[in-house]
Parts: sequence; C-alpha cells; structure tokens
Amino acid sequence: MSNFFTASIGRKFLMSITGLFLMLFILVHLTINLLLIFDDSGDLFNKGAHFMATNPAVKIMEPILGLGFLIHIIWSFLISWENWKARPVKYNKQDLSKASSWSSRNMLILGALVLVFLVIHLYNFYLKIKITGSPLLEHTNVGGVDMENTYNLVSSLFIGNWFYSLLYVAGGILLGLHVIHGFWSSFQTIGLNNQIWMKRLQTIAWVYAVVVAVGFSVIPLYFLIKF
Amino acid sequence: MADKILKKLYIKVWRQNNAQDKGRFETYEIENVSTGSSFLEMMDILNNNLIEKGIDPVAFDHDCREGICGICSMFINGRPHGPDSAVTTCQLHMRKFNDGDTITVEPWRAAAFPVIKDLVVDRTAFDKILQAGGFVSVNTGGVPDGNAILISRDDAEEAMDAAACIGCGACVAACKNSSAMLFVAAKVSHLAKLPQGRIEAKARARNMVARMDELGFGGCTNTGACEAECPKSISISHIARLNREYLVAKFSE
Repeated sequence: MSNFFTASIGRKFLMSITGLFLMLFILVHLTINLLLIFDDSGDLFNKGAHFMATNPAVKIMEPILGLGFLIHIIWSFLISWENWKARPVKYNKQDLSKASSWSSRNMLILGALVLVFLVIHLYNFYLKIKITGSPLLEHTNVGGVDMENTYNLVSSLFIGNWFYSLLYVAGGILLGLHVIHGFWSSFQTIGLNNQIWMKRLQTIAWVYAVVVAVGFSVIPLYFLIKF
Repeated sequence: MADKILKKLYIKVWRQNNAQDKGRFETYEIENVSTGSSFLEMMDILNNNLIEKGIDPVAFDHDCREGICGICSMFINGRPHGPDSAVTTCQLHMRKFNDGDTITVEPWRAAAFPVIKDLVVDRTAFDKILQAGGFVSVNTGGVPDGNAILISRDDAEEAMDAAACIGCGACVAACKNSSAMLFVAAKVSHLAKLPQGRIEAKARARNMVARMDELGFGGCTNTGACEAECPKSISISHIARLNREYLVAKFSE
C-alpha cells in the first residue's frame, strides 16, 4: 500500500469512494426532502426531520459525512492542480467538443459552484437548526411528540421568494450536471466497469442525475407556485 | 473522377528551433492542393515550397504512412490527427478541408512530451513506461503446442483490441489532463487478458503506473476524449481494467 494516496490512481480512488458515499447521502437527503411536498401541514416532514436529528446512526454518520465532503473537495483541487501542471504550454486551438461531454470536462467548475451553493445552503438551514436556532423553528407537537418546526423554516425561505427558490433550482441542476459524469466515472475509477456495463452505468447515471436535479428543483418551485 | 483542387490554404504552423527556443506560429500560404492528397503530402509540398524560398522546412515526424507506426503526431485544428475519427495524420485527407481555410498545426502538448523541433516531440516517456513492465519475462525455448494453453475467444479478442495500440500519443494530446492512462491501460490490458501475462500482472500494474506518474503525465478524469481521438479506437473500458489491476495489486501489497 506504499504511496497509494499520492499515486494518481490512489488519489482518484479517494475521489471516487467519497463521491459514491456523497451520492448515497444525496439520495437519503432527497427522500426526506420530498416529504415537504406531500403534506402541506408539515407534520410529515417534521417527523422525518425529527427522526434524522435524533437517530443515533445519523449522529454517527454526520462527522463521517463531513469528512467525506472535506476529502472530496480538497482532493479535487489538488488533483486539478496536478492535472493542470501536466500541460505547461497550452494549445492555441483546442476542440474537445467532439470527443467528450461538457460536464465531464468541467467537473471542477461544476463542483466549485455546488460548493458555493452548499455554503449558502448550510447557512440557510444547518446553521439555524444546529447552532444558532431561529424563531421560525418554534416547537410544534406532532402526534404527541414535541419537535422543532423545521417545515416552517424551509417553507418560509421559499414562499414568495424568487431569489432563493431559483437559487435552489440552480443548485439542483448544477448537482445533476456534476453527477451525470460523476456517477459512472466513480465506478470506472474503482475498476467496476467493462464494455457491457459502460452503457448501463451511463444510463443509470443519467437517470440518477435527472432524479436529483428534478427532485431538488421541484421543492422550491412547489412552495413558490403553490403558496 | 479527378480530385477537387483546393486553390489556396493558409497553414498556421508552430515553429520552434529547438527545445530551449520559445517558439512561435508562422502562417504559410499554399496553392493548388489536391483533395486526394494526404495531410502529410500537403506538408511535403509546403516544405518543398519553403526550401525553394530558402526557408527552413517544417520538421515533422512521419514514417510508414499507412496508419501503423503512429509517429505522425500533429494537432490539427484543435484535434489530434485532425478532423476525422480513427485515423492517424497520414490517413487524414485534404478533402476534410475547404478552399481558403486556415489550418492550425501544433505539436502534442504535454509536460512529458517536450518539443524537440517544430512539430516533433520527444515520446521516449512511453518507452520508459513500457520498460517498467510492459513485457512478459519468458525463456524463449521451442515453439509450444498451440493448444497447450487454452484461451477463450472473447479474451483473445479483447487482448488484441488493446494490442492495437500504436503508441502514437494521441490519447495524451487529446486529454485535458495530458493523461497517459489509455496508453498504459492498453499495454496492461493486452497482457492481463492472457494467461502468460497473469504471472507478472501485479508488478506490471504497480510499476507502469508508478513510472507514468513519475514522468509527469496527468491523472484520468474519465472524459473519454482519448477513446474518441484514438486512431485505433481503443476503449476506455481498458482503463477500468487498469484501475482494477492496479487496486488489486496495491491492496495485496
């Protein structure tokens, strides 16, 4: 295992493993979030959020998730810098459009934009729920259990607010573009691919990306249009 | 049917006297080029004209002129081996261009492929990667019986597809990261798929990847540009195999 994490494939392996882990997280996140649009009283989502906030397994996973994000982000900049150095004199004219997809060539930019979104997103919700608190989170009673009214915090960000609604739609689309390449690419990097699975993985990647982009975009649009 | 004639073309070509020279673009005009001529023949005509004018001809690599040797490295109009798929530069024909076009011709650009002169680059980095493990250490005795080691047709075919690599470097030239992964993957794959190659498979994957990293090639981000520009259309599924071979070799270390 010597020099594994400094070797090109070792570094990519880390990107791939953390990427797969983050994509799994996104699915869980999206599942809970979609509860927002299936119950306008907010009880369903509040129950889901309360379950996630009090579940010991989630508590264990939270720091691991943070670490996953950190490694994925730091390594991406490191790898991109190394890759950039591999061509000190650039081409005068280069046309990659016929040979590769736009999102595959711009993973760093897409990832960086998702990171900007993530910072805003953490400020909007995570900071208020976990650290500072907010009057919008005034406790509510769902089925005899006292819990924070997370639904109120989320819905009040989007209702009547074009800026945040469209920002979250953009975030969903950017994430979709990032994972449309990231999904199959991470299987390729850990060696779980061949000529038969190439098309299958790329199709699943496409489906996954659409689910993520549409799923996350639907929520702010629902609040913006319905209320 | 006679080939069409391109009355005038402008060739914007990279000129660099030696490895130390900073280099620059020069644009030369060339007249009456047959669309039936290959790109290299057009370069021959251009050089002929330059010599007549007392200008140093453009240095470029060329050898077999039938798409096998892989030496004719030219980055034409933004793509390795120009605007055609699955061809080397010698197989690219002037019918792919229009009258009055300005054609930009550059050398392969990569830290691991330094320019020697004009369009000629030093590709010994590929040889060094091969020397790190791209071979089978065997005692060459008598010819063994053909059926002594059975190999499935699918494995043999896949090994042959990988063995089609001519080491031209288009994968490195096309890659946004100047990665040599497709080359290394092809060289690891064509041995990994055959029983004779399995014996040294782990050391081969470890050593060739280590050498590739050392020589300053970038990492693979799976854009697939290499496969699209490869004159032999070698699949990036071989890169997945290289990753697998390498990870298994590393984890069992």
